[in-house]
Amino acid sequence: MADTPAKPLINLTVNGRAITAPPGTLLIEACKQAHIEVPSFCYYPNLSLQAACRMCLVEIEKMPKLQTACTVVVSEGMVVRSETEQVHRARKSAVEFILTNHPLDCPVCDAGGECELQDMTFKYGAEKSRFVEPKRHRDEQQWSPLIYFDRPRCILCYRCVRACGEGMDVWALGVANRGVNSTIIPNHEDHLECEECGNCVDICPVGALTAGPYRYKTRPWEMTHVGAVCTYCGDGCKTTLGVRNDTILRADNRDKSGINGDFLCVKGRYGVDFTQHPERLKQPLARGVGGSAELKPVSWSYALGTIAKRWLEIQKAGGSFGVVGSTRSLNEEAYTLQKFARRVLGTNNIDHHRSADYPALFDALGGREGQPVPLAPAEALKAGGPVLLIGGNPTDEHPLLAWNLRWGYRLNKTRLYILNRDDIKLRRQAYRYAKVGDEAAAVRFLNGTGAASASLTGVGEASEKRWPQTPPSTVETVNESLQEFRARLRQEKDVIIVFGSEISGDAIRELVAFGSGLEGTTRYIAMSDNANSHGAADMGLYPDLLPGYTPLSERSKFEALWGGPIPAEPGMDWNQMRAALQQQNLCTLYVSGANPFRNTPVAPESLKQTFLVVQDLFLTETAQCADVVLPALSGYEKAGTLTNTCGEVQVQKRGGGFEGAKSDLEILYLLADAMGAEWGAASPDRVLQEIRTAVKGYGVSLAKLLSGESVMTAPLNGRVPHRTAPELLLPNRDTLFTAGTLGRYSVVLNSVMERHLKKEAAAE
Amino acid sequence: MSSYTPHPLEVRVVSRRFDQPKARTLAGYLESDGFKALDKALALTPDAIIDEVKKSGLRGRGGAGFPTGLKWSFVPKQSAREKYVLCNADESEPGTCKDRLILEYDPFAIIEGMLIAGLAIGARRGYIYIRGEYRYLIDIMEAALKEARDAGYVGTNIRGKGFDFDIHAHTGAGAYECGEESALMESLEGKRGIPRLKPPFPAVAGFMGGPTVINNVETLASVPPIIINGGDWFAAFGPPKNGGTRLFCLSGHVNNQGVFELPLGFPLRRLIDDLGGGMRHGAKLKALVPGGSSTPLLPADIAWDLALDYDSVAKTGSFLGSGGVVVVDENTCMVKFALRIMQFYRHESCGWCVPCREGTNWLQLSLTRFHNGGGRDGDIETLREVSENILGRTFCALGDAAAMPTLSILKHWRQEFEDHLNGKPCPFGAKTSVAVSAH
Repeated sequence: MADTPAKPLINLTVNGRAITAPPGTLLIEACKQAHIEVPSFCYYPNLSLQAACRMCLVEIEKMPKLQTACTVVVSEGMVVRSETEQVHRARKSAVEFILTNHPLDCPVCDAGGECELQDMTFKYGAEKSRFVEPKRHRDEQQWSPLIYFDRPRCILCYRCVRACGEGMDVWALGVANRGVNSTIIPNHEDHLECEECGNCVDICPVGALTAGPYRYKTRPWEMTHVGAVCTYCGDGCKTTLGVRNDTILRADNRDKSGINGDFLCVKGRYGVDFTQHPERLKQPLARGVGGSAELKPVSWSYALGTIAKRWLEIQKAGGSFGVVGSTRSLNEEAYTLQKFARRVLGTNNIDHHRSADYPALFDALGGREGQPVPLAPAEALKAGGPVLLIGGNPTDEHPLLAWNLRWGYRLNKTRLYILNRDDIKLRRQAYRYAKVGDEAAAVRFLNGTGAASASLTGVGEASEKRWPQTPPSTVETVNESLQEFRARLRQEKDVIIVFGSEISGDAIRELVAFGSGLEGTTRYIAMSDNANSHGAADMGLYPDLLPGYTPLSERSKFEALWGGPIPAEPGMDWNQMRAALQQQNLCTLYVSGANPFRNTPVAPESLKQTFLVVQDLFLTETAQCADVVLPALSGYEKAGTLTNTCGEVQVQKRGGGFEGAKSDLEILYLLADAMGAEWGAASPDRVLQEIRTAVKGYGVSLAKLLSGESVMTAPLNGRVPHRTAPELLLPNRDTLFTAGTLGRYSVVLNSVMERHLKKEAAAE
Repeated sequence: MSSYTPHPLEVRVVSRRFDQPKARTLAGYLESDGFKALDKALALTPDAIIDEVKKSGLRGRGGAGFPTGLKWSFVPKQSAREKYVLCNADESEPGTCKDRLILEYDPFAIIEGMLIAGLAIGARRGYIYIRGEYRYLIDIMEAALKEARDAGYVGTNIRGKGFDFDIHAHTGAGAYECGEESALMESLEGKRGIPRLKPPFPAVAGFMGGPTVINNVETLASVPPIIINGGDWFAAFGPPKNGGTRLFCLSGHVNNQGVFELPLGFPLRRLIDDLGGGMRHGAKLKALVPGGSSTPLLPADIAWDLALDYDSVAKTGSFLGSGGVVVVDENTCMVKFALRIMQFYRHESCGWCVPCREGTNWLQLSLTRFHNGGGRDGDIETLREVSENILGRTFCALGDAAAMPTLSILKHWRQEFEDHLNGKPCPFGAKTSVAVSAH
């Protein structure tokens, strides 16, 4: 964006104190910045203004009546009084009015203890109620598997309506009736059909909207609240876990401190129940116990001993090893896994479930040696600069990126250019939208190396801009040609390019070539699927790349660090390992937190010669074939770091626990010990320290990291010679309500999905 | 439809065609000086039109009494967005029934007034938002619009002068709140009828975000005679700054209820005695609603000597409002009267903001209990404080409209509330003639 000279600050006086605020600031915000509290219910930052609750009334000189601080913009010389008797009376009466029809069921209300109306009543309310008339009662309604509405508790602040419409672009909530009969209503008479994100529940200042999975389970003060990172998609949203007795009871974003601010999607908010799924593995399983061919529960020491014994035998015999790592395990675990493979098992046959071609991106960006790679943090999408979105469907697969794009469009006029084969929902925010047959071909066209072929000449559409008054309902076809699309894009400066798995290998090279030709600094976000997909790549879960995309030819650095040799030759990638399995050529396969057999099955009979070790939360398709299964802890049950799809590192804190399971890191250290390597005790902190020094781009500030901030990794430019294998990119193609393996074990997500599938079936 | 007989004391400017059934057709309207003002305005500059209206002293006849010429002058000359003229025909103020007569008896005058407003502000489109309960008037209006359009008075290149202006009639859905100008625009745009934040004011960003002039039916119908006869002519009818005549809707306990056009400043006493035929059954005046149910009530001693113009009524602490003069006699229970008013406001509150939504409900429940003999010590104070807590703190003026009459009743007739306290039956018993509905 162009640098605009800073406008002079506005001077005003509040309660006799001189304060300043930038021009255009709302009085309520100016007061907040100056630590002067002006209470409000309906005002919510970055949502449209309502002036409905009348809590924020203040005196302003030269204005005859009390004014709502949430709608008045500061002006030079303004004199404001927020603590006069008149103002206090107004606040007290606003609370009194709200309470006239609010049931005093605080002792059983979910919001009790964290209710804004309770707090306001305590601070500003009367000590006695003068309202002696009968209160209205309405029965509670269930609007969806997740959302319940208790109408009498609703204070009509309209936050939910705005969060749903303006924030989510779903517009599923509205207001019906008038006067004292006004009520919030769902979009389908008695129920909601929406994205089930639950932002309405979180933003509700009282207990009118409550969440099915949480309601009546506990009181908020009985829980400890842990600021963790969501373990579902690659966006890395902060989620505050409510934990009681080591059990996670809820996840929300009440703390609002993370990269996601107000936002969480249905998976992050309600999918945490997978941690308590009855099928969760509680102890190791092994085959052949007592001559049984079935998997039977065994002790940890038996399981670890069995594995070590077999692996040592295979090593002695010169047999082949294969390792598949996880895209959900923490950075420390991914780093340790590849170190274990290379040093303890002595193999480079290691891979992971790839969903973005990071090596190709870093290689393509490698031109400017010594410069940081221009990656964009998620936050950058809110800023209003132009964005080119190619492929993927952020609304479903990267809900936070979608939220940020909508934010940028709504509040900062982002010009969003979209190339996609599908009518993705974000086209409603698009400035230019081209439906193309093949995104990679479109990228070649952008770069001038491909003609506008049949697959390209899709429909160009620009959405009608009607926010915020009405949801965009019609899309006006303007038949914009791709030439026009490209011409406009070329006039943009400081573009952020967000791309999905459709763009890999050579297409990434083309994309970067195009991006480099644009004015200013072009930054990139490669969308990858899982909580630590980016981290897994950075940590070197590749057969030909060490941590930080270090080619094997430069392995000496790691050999010195790890005190021993690393195999010099690139190992097998997953497809090669799978081929070896099918030819009964792989002696052992160690799968840690992955389920490769689901998407790329292997015939069970071909596994007879392979000693298969799987560690996971559940008996997945892969684990069912295993010889030994080790129960692992979930991402919410251990500490370490995660790297999101944009390359931002965040600390993961231990929320709950799960008896019987161990973290991947602990398991690796125990296996190393059993294999005779002297690694000592597992310590995520020590591993993080090693990552910070050894992995390019991870020299991040510990202070910032530990204070809960996200820190952008800054890998330096340099070529990344690697083996391209675009066929290895297997995106989950998650919907709003699915999320790989974890989602399948969330009863809540499944119930939501079933309902939506039923609805779709009924519609057909 | 119905016939109209003017009273000899009336000064007929807006109502001058009310007794000419022919004027309800385009031909008759043209015979009766119809569209002469338009022809004259077409030859004037927009500024000259606005100056003439300013000179007339015409103030909004909807209730707020804002100077019309000034309102028109606020509309920016240049605008990227289309400008609009809206006619507020959502006449809903209890005690007010004048706009319906204009709509019924002189629909072309409204069209002509809108065309002139359009010329003045540079708009090309206008809407008449007609109260939903006035269904039969929509048909009349649409018929008039069709005639005018067919004859080239509405549409493109009007009178061959290159002036384009189209007018559409639109129905409301039975909401008092939609008479509030910004709620009307929301409703006209197809949304829920709730008021908008101001600023921006309609003159800057109104209907569909465009600069908009919104005027009451009577205001717009006053414009053609002003253009024909000049602003000074109109202003001369009333006292200074209170130019012209207006339609007073006389109702309540008088012998001859009706709508009368009188010059501003007309004495109330004469309105009741000469035009209203005196108090019904010879009863004494107790209270007066000077300008629709939203205005504070005046006790008889103040009311009798009242001159009916904006400034004189304002001096008493009330408002001339919408011209709805309601006469209340001595046999009326003021508690019941307050309850009747509050039933209306509770029913009509849009519910957007807290004090109006919850306050009107509270007052209605309390007053019901009170009137049924359930009032207790302290309730009168609570009623007063609740009303005060609504006053001046609501999003739009509807809250004030509910609080002001209630407060005035509590102030002037407190004794009647005392007389209801602690189980005492209503002293007026069945005598009182205020209808209180069940909802």
